[in-house]
Amino acid sequence: MIKQRKPRSEWYYLKKNSELLLLLLPGALLILVFAYLPMFGVVLAFKDFRYDLGFWDSPWVGFHNFEFFFVSDTAALITRNTVAYGLTYMILTTVIALLFAILMNEMRKRWLRIHQTALFIPYCLSWVVVGYLALALLDTQNGYLNKVLEALGFQTHMWYLETAPWPYILISAYLWKNIGFSTLVYFAGIMGINQEYYEAAKIDGASRWQMATKITLPLLSNLITVLLILSIGHIFVGDFGLHYFIPNDSGMTIPTTDIIDTYVYRALRVNGDIGMSTAIGLYQSAVGLVLVIAANFVVRKINDENSLF
Amino acid sequence: MNTTPQALSAKSRSVRETGTHKEPFSLVNLLSHIMFTCITLAMILPFILVIAISFTKESSIVEHGYQFFPSEYSLKAYQYIFEAPTILLRAYGITIMTTVIGTLLSLLVTAMLGYVTSRRDFRYRGPTSFFIFFTMLFNGGLVPSYILIKQYLHLDNTIWSMILPFLVSPFYILVMKGFMSKVPFEIIESAKMDGAREIRIFFTIVLPLSTPALATLGLFLSFGFWNAWFPALLYIDNEKLIPIQLLLVRMLQKLEFLTSGSDFSSQFGIDVSKFPSLSARMAMAILAGGPMVCIFPFFQKYFVKGLTVGSLKG
Repeated sequence: MIKQRKPRSEWYYLKKNSELLLLLLPGALLILVFAYLPMFGVVLAFKDFRYDLGFWDSPWVGFHNFEFFFVSDTAALITRNTVAYGLTYMILTTVIALLFAILMNEMRKRWLRIHQTALFIPYCLSWVVVGYLALALLDTQNGYLNKVLEALGFQTHMWYLETAPWPYILISAYLWKNIGFSTLVYFAGIMGINQEYYEAAKIDGASRWQMATKITLPLLSNLITVLLILSIGHIFVGDFGLHYFIPNDSGMTIPTTDIIDTYVYRALRVNGDIGMSTAIGLYQSAVGLVLVIAANFVVRKINDENSLF
Repeated sequence: MNTTPQALSAKSRSVRETGTHKEPFSLVNLLSHIMFTCITLAMILPFILVIAISFTKESSIVEHGYQFFPSEYSLKAYQYIFEAPTILLRAYGITIMTTVIGTLLSLLVTAMLGYVTSRRDFRYRGPTSFFIFFTMLFNGGLVPSYILIKQYLHLDNTIWSMILPFLVSPFYILVMKGFMSKVPFEIIESAKMDGAREIRIFFTIVLPLSTPALATLGLFLSFGFWNAWFPALLYIDNEKLIPIQLLLVRMLQKLEFLTSGSDFSSQFGIDVSKFPSLSARMAMAILAGGPMVCIFPFFQKYFVKGLTVGSLKG
């Protein structure tokens, strides 16, 4: 029996999906309010915001806020810092986390658990707490690092007043805190690979190096590219907590530690500069969006399956 | 499908014993062991140092600096903190409240969004996914949210300013979606045949099946809420609503915060000159960070199963 199908109106489908839509509603509202409404707020970048006049009545100033930021030397410096740190974090995290995940996959369970726990513990902490740990090591008078340097007969440092060591300190702190999480994501990815591939490879006499490069990495490539594309969008968004608390908001380290996010925060909290802060935020978001779309485009050209969207 | 590493190494042992091929295993294994042991130490030692400092006598710090093995131990730091516990307990209270409410609400919302977008038969799946995941690619930035929350929603100086804006995170939805898309559709289908409504299916079938993802994300979410200082830094001026992390921020920036802070010294008549500020602030860091470090191992068994990153495409 074949029934004659009538073209159904959209109302029919809306009704049919109504319960799923209901499940969607609370989250959708939250996203609308806290993610989409602020997007319209970026018009403040083109206004001279005044609290007494409010969002709608503040006067338009065109690109003045951008101009003010970009003609200063700061723009180049903090953009360079943000991107250089972002790229370094991204590349090092990916390479090291993959290496750890592959090595952990070969480990006995008992050791695996110990190392995995240790690796992950710093991820449980906030940057504020990590700031205290850093202080215990770096404090000029009492810090452990200076004591060690002294004991070994080296020159001690006033870490919070110097610029040169900070790239190393920040990169170490970033990896120390975050590597456990990335390792875990990749490790979960490896666990999801069908074991038959490895068994077949073993029977064919493949070495572990061959199995890692010929089975594990290719099968993880989808996960790796998804995470890479996402983190490319974040290259322009620095890790505020890291760059604010680890140097302990010390003005002396600004040339090597200041990133867009810390700059915006200071501009907002210290100078109350709404217009310029919004303008910089927009600059960050826009460049991030372009970078993600470009990265996705490149990936799609190479291998469509690995692209994010 | 998921063979444990033990089974894997047992398998490779048996291969080795049958002599199918030789692996250059000893050197690689040894190096990897040494490397991981060093890394594990590097991860743990800073904690030990801070714990040691918190138990060091103040005069010993001034004399010898921070040490792993203090020359003189003392419980003074903790004694002083617990002598005037109001600030600390209040901060704990706020932090626990935001963490519990935030984590539960966020799990619920994340699970609902992840579930609906994982349903292949959901008609509006494409637009919905775009609506959710576009926020991962573009956002309005700090200032517009700040003005929205402060000037228009008037959430400043309420605990909701530390909860509501952080309930939905696209990356966690992606993880949830990845997990839930593996729930066999036949189960949902047959429940529907039996006349169960979608909401019932979600709460009685899908949620219980998603325990690993819920546990993993629940842990990450509670890290997020427990460790959040930024929203408090922006929105909280009321002394009674300060979470523990903000307390730490203030102490980090101003060592004297504990002693000059209104409640601690004046109300309880602490002798400021004797206050062991160097060890006390490390003790505070431990009190703030410790609880999260302690609960994490209980969730670890869910991790590998619960962390499957889904795909935006489908």
